[in-house]
Amino acid sequence: MTDQSKEILLDVRNLRKYFPIQKGFLRRVVGHVRAVDDVTLYVRRGETLSLVGESGCGKTTTARCIVRALKPTSGQILLRGPDGVVDLAPLPKRQLRPWRRHMQMIFQDPYSSLNPRMTLFDIVSEPMLVNGIKDRQTRMDRVAELLQLVGLRPEYMRRFPHAFSGGERQRIGIARALALNPSLVIADEPVSALDVSVQAQILNLLLDLQAQLGLTLLFVAHDLSVVKHISERVAVMYVGRIVETAPTPTLFAAPKHPYTEALLAAVPKPDPDLKGQRMLLEGEVADPANPPSGCYFHPRCRYALDLCRTVTPQQEEVAADHFVSCHRARELTLRGVKRT
Amino acid sequence: MEHGPEPILSVRNLKTYFFQDEGIVHAVDGATFDLYRGQTLGIVGESGCGKSVTARSVLRIVERPGRIVEGEIILRREQPNGQTDEIDLTKLNPDGALMRAIRGKDIGLIFQEPMTSFSAHYTIGNQITEAIRLHLKLSKAEARARAIEMLRLVGIPKPERRVDEYSFQLSGGLRQRAMIAMALACDPGILIADEPTTALDVTTQAQILALLERLQRERGMAIMLITHNLGVVAEMCDAVVVMYLGRVVEKGPVRQIFHNARHPYTQALLRSIPSIEAAPRVKLPTITGSIPHPYKRPKGCPFHPRCAHVMPGLCDVQTPALQPVAEHQEASCFLYHPSQ
Repeated sequence: MTDQSKEILLDVRNLRKYFPIQKGFLRRVVGHVRAVDDVTLYVRRGETLSLVGESGCGKTTTARCIVRALKPTSGQILLRGPDGVVDLAPLPKRQLRPWRRHMQMIFQDPYSSLNPRMTLFDIVSEPMLVNGIKDRQTRMDRVAELLQLVGLRPEYMRRFPHAFSGGERQRIGIARALALNPSLVIADEPVSALDVSVQAQILNLLLDLQAQLGLTLLFVAHDLSVVKHISERVAVMYVGRIVETAPTPTLFAAPKHPYTEALLAAVPKPDPDLKGQRMLLEGEVADPANPPSGCYFHPRCRYALDLCRTVTPQQEEVAADHFVSCHRARELTLRGVKRT
Repeated sequence: MEHGPEPILSVRNLKTYFFQDEGIVHAVDGATFDLYRGQTLGIVGESGCGKSVTARSVLRIVERPGRIVEGEIILRREQPNGQTDEIDLTKLNPDGALMRAIRGKDIGLIFQEPMTSFSAHYTIGNQITEAIRLHLKLSKAEARARAIEMLRLVGIPKPERRVDEYSFQLSGGLRQRAMIAMALACDPGILIADEPTTALDVTTQAQILALLERLQRERGMAIMLITHNLGVVAEMCDAVVVMYLGRVVEKGPVRQIFHNARHPYTQALLRSIPSIEAAPRVKLPTITGSIPHPYKRPKGCPFHPRCAHVMPGLCDVQTPALQPVAEHQEASCFLYHPSQ
């Protein structure tokens, strides 16, 4: 499944994004929300890496830092372009412009991410216009091609978004993201606003497009069953940190981090015969403005030792492509999900 | 789960329509089902299937221009003398004394949005106490003590302090627990939970589901669980009602629905959900098309334009009725009872 020989397209190292908490008349900075707190990950060309975690864990902030919608506090974002590797993290706005076309985003809410006053043609061709493709006929041909690619009729390009259902709108958003042949597509919860029957259609479309165009996909989601369907590798985040990264089959069958185990166990299984096998994770997600000492997960972890309370675990590679940040990663045998 | 011979709530041929300038929306179009004491009944379907309007109809809180145009909703209440009385809720004045006495006292409600279902101007305790004093003859101090007791029961730490806090001071999970405490404060026989965990993360969702199960065991109430998440249904419910475009397409015991669904919509819905147990990166079977717009309701069987087994001349002309297909299981499909 994961081909280790493929070159690394995106390499994120020690990414941090702190948001200041300001107080009082003088807007004094009284603390920081550590939204992203030391994230290291890589994406190979042509593969799908999913970033999963619960709300507030910093997965969207990570994605937004990578496309440089936000300026990271520190760290490196290394992207391989046509003429070598560049670190996007420190670049100022002007110098970022030529790189923007290589990274495109698909958004969560298909209702608010399309301008209701623009036709499909305007929406899908805007990225081309911005990047200097001025000829109208060229753009029309390309839009027709893109609409067909995502399963919409080219005749629709004169219509406005309100004429389309949620699933069709998401297809429009995908067509827009593909307009410039980007090397990396970042999809932030692209199916969570859709009904189940439509969700499956969009997931299949993304799998098809990837096979056809060799897309590289960074998929941000909270739904583990969706993630399992779409990705080759999965990175699990908790309070701004990546706790485990592994090839999809390994992560689901034999997780190595206690948080991954708890997360897998919490997903309701659509089979009434499995009733009552729930494993409860007590307590609440830690506050990223005031995280616990040591391992951020230790107050909720059933395997925690004294060591976990004081020392922050470092990410280590326990097998090929399998990274875990846990002191007990090598000794614990954790429960995954049964394959049926 | 065992249930008594007589349902505590019977819905018969319920029709709730919304009369709008553009046309009439048949939000609920002939729903029939029973809820028994101590049972958890799941009402599932995608958006627009009428599951929430069904719940609102039972509580008589359908907003204008919506109106119940036909059908019966029979509530069976136990009287202090051991007798049961039957009330048809559709015949009551929604603002009348009896309906207001039933709401909260006999039927409790949990909403989807824990954020908006509490007022931000009053403390949690204030709002729970109000509900208690409205229905039970208790003094202020007794009501407050009961509110604290309820908060303790739903697992809120330090309830004596939390009772004086405002809803915005609580996290999503705690807020939903407080909501449950309020709904159960007067010990209702029926609890209607409308998407109670949809806004929550998986680990919090597992906590809330476990709480509902425990409270049901302890108090023997009937739960009407409205959700689109089939995993939640499989874990929680004894019986399931599947709705599509305002009609009940299939109902039956949870095992039969999941392992031996008869209606093509139920079968397709079950196949199209991404499962955490399936093999990764395999294409999902999908339901073609999308849910029709409420004004463009198909003639005949509402599912026929998307159905793989459609029989032209029959399904697009006549509307199938619910008929038995197995023990305790009914489906509305011409495949099983062609000659009507």
